[in-house]
Amino acid sequence: MSATPWLLDVRHLRKSFPIRRGWNRKVVGAVAAVDDVSFTIREGETLGLVGESGCGKTTTARCILRAMTPTSGEILFRAADGRVVDLAPLSRAALRPLRPQIQMIFQDPFSSLDPRMSVGDIVGEPLRVHGIARGKDRTARVAALFERVGLRKAQMANYPHQFSGGQRQRIGIARALATEPRLVVADEPVSALDVSVQAQVLNLLLELRTRLHLTLLFVAHDLAVVKHISDRVAVMYVGQLVELATAEAIFRHPRHPYTAALMRAVPVPDPQAPSGDVALAGEVANPANPPAGCYFHPRCPFVTEVCRIEPPALREIATGHLVRCHRAEELILSGVGAEPARGTHGVVDSLGHDGRTV
Amino acid sequence: MTTPVLQVKDLRVHFFLDEGLVRAVDGVSFDVHPGQVVGIVGESGCGKSVTMKAILQIVEPPGRIVGGQILFQKDSAPAVDLTRLSPKCAELRAIRGAEIALIPQEPMAAFSPVHSVGAQIIEALRLHERQWRPTGPRLTRSEARSMTVDLFRSVGISMPDERVDAYSWQLSGGLRQRAMIAMALSCRPRLLIADEPTTAIDVTTQAQILNLLRELQRRHGTAIVFITHDLGVIAQMAHYVVVMYLGRVMEQGSVEQIFHAPKHPYTQALLKSIPSVNVAPRTLLPTIAGSIPHPLGRPGGCPFHPRCPDAIPGVCAERVPALRPVGPTQLASCFLYHRDEAVEP
Repeated sequence: MSATPWLLDVRHLRKSFPIRRGWNRKVVGAVAAVDDVSFTIREGETLGLVGESGCGKTTTARCILRAMTPTSGEILFRAADGRVVDLAPLSRAALRPLRPQIQMIFQDPFSSLDPRMSVGDIVGEPLRVHGIARGKDRTARVAALFERVGLRKAQMANYPHQFSGGQRQRIGIARALATEPRLVVADEPVSALDVSVQAQVLNLLLELRTRLHLTLLFVAHDLAVVKHISDRVAVMYVGQLVELATAEAIFRHPRHPYTAALMRAVPVPDPQAPSGDVALAGEVANPANPPAGCYFHPRCPFVTEVCRIEPPALREIATGHLVRCHRAEELILSGVGAEPARGTHGVVDSLGHDGRTV
Repeated sequence: MTTPVLQVKDLRVHFFLDEGLVRAVDGVSFDVHPGQVVGIVGESGCGKSVTMKAILQIVEPPGRIVGGQILFQKDSAPAVDLTRLSPKCAELRAIRGAEIALIPQEPMAAFSPVHSVGAQIIEALRLHERQWRPTGPRLTRSEARSMTVDLFRSVGISMPDERVDAYSWQLSGGLRQRAMIAMALSCRPRLLIADEPTTAIDVTTQAQILNLLRELQRRHGTAIVFITHDLGVIAQMAHYVVVMYLGRVMEQGSVEQIFHAPKHPYTQALLKSIPSVNVAPRTLLPTIAGSIPHPLGRPGGCPFHPRCPDAIPGVCAERVPALRPVGPTQLASCFLYHRDEAVEP
């Protein structure tokens, strides 16, 4: 990997929520929504964070934004002036000067824009709040942002309801870019959009990434979308990181059985592709009461005795390829767009794709 | 060819709003044969869910079926036109839920939270008893209950004896959808309508539900109308595909034809614009220009013409293309193939 310095270094992040019962709201347990998650994001890189609902991907994103306070762990951020700051323990006041540097793109383009503000005011609001620009300067900046995301500056006086879903998402992106952030956290930015519009917004993000050298944490459940936009991909399961590698490596040669199963479960838009006949049994474990040993063992087709007892550690099995599995070395799993599995025992059958698309 | 179990002919459902008229479904035709899975695919506002509601006669005002026929084949008797039946009449109530069953998108909203899921299935079984079992003694509550337990077992619900008494909010998303499938299949319907049955579910659970539906379909030979916006799901589930856009059928054909030899520019563009796990990463995707028009501001002529890369000037904006054959079993409504076949205004 290149020597580009990291921008964000998340170390042993934990966030747990209390479970309360009864009339006096007594705490009877805790849900470890994020359970010892560590990763870094380099400058200019896009890290995709995937997982199913309840895996903690959104909680992780919110902790980084400090929309919530982590239970423990460090969130090291390299600020614009070169200082390395741990965001985790900072107070609201101390966070404020850093806020313009970390911005967010929301999932729902309908509820994330104030219906009573003109879209020009919405995009200009971060500039106003942080005292970055005012008056004509602000209007000019907002106009430039509109053009950058593919909207006309004549539309600045309009209100959100006058825009389609895709256009609204562009407005959300323009707002996130207004403060020229160093890190953008995008939580499911295209999942609420129609297929024909989703491609436009993905293209816009790809373009901005290259042109503005944007660093992006891209949270999503759609593997195809994540693969399309990310340099590296992190997979979460029940609050833990189970695999982290470059997008190419993780899709071609997943090393964790869950990652492989997740990929296989995605229906491929080709009637000749084999349909997921070997669907993963069971359901996602309850994070309030996770199973002993490896959290994935009750659903894992390769489970052994050790998996039931001992929780596996996240370890590096190849350069830059982290995986949390006892059997990572011996299993040969096939991903997508890969050559057929070289058969050994217990091979997960491949998607059998020859890379042909329609 | 067999007699279709369902024939939708030139169906029109319009919504009479204060702001104006919305032609949610505007001339939709397709057939569903016994044992066939027909996928209806389209983006938001294409009319796929309204079509489903029209088949079940549950279109809510200000919507109304203003034209067309929905012919449903019961036994050997002549087909019934569902649009002629009053939504509340006994004949339709006997069909709905028993002969035509629905798997809704959000089972949480479809199940009553104050009755156990088992009680709701038992109710359906007893209510529709004469449809699925024309003769024999009346079904007792305990018989219906043991049938429900069997149904739960057949849709892969573990501990069915206990789950029968569970409330919908006690079940996980996957289990809830399985219970919904059990309910839909309880009266052995001739036709099953699945309206985005896996949209609210996670991907590994979705794979399980799709497998279950495929297996049940194979075992019982039920005809299914499968409505979704997910082209991947359609490719894996359907035999025959209907592509809709703004209330009209753009193209229909076998799943192979639609995915490997699409004729309509909309189908072609739609297929190209999905990021697939097989496409080279971090490259720009081909897109469809513009966005889906507002329901009240729909373009005249072919609904797709303002976004169509192949639009013929002076033709596509003027007239509405009719759905005509472009192959033995493939139809498209596009002037590129039938320059003179327009729908009468």
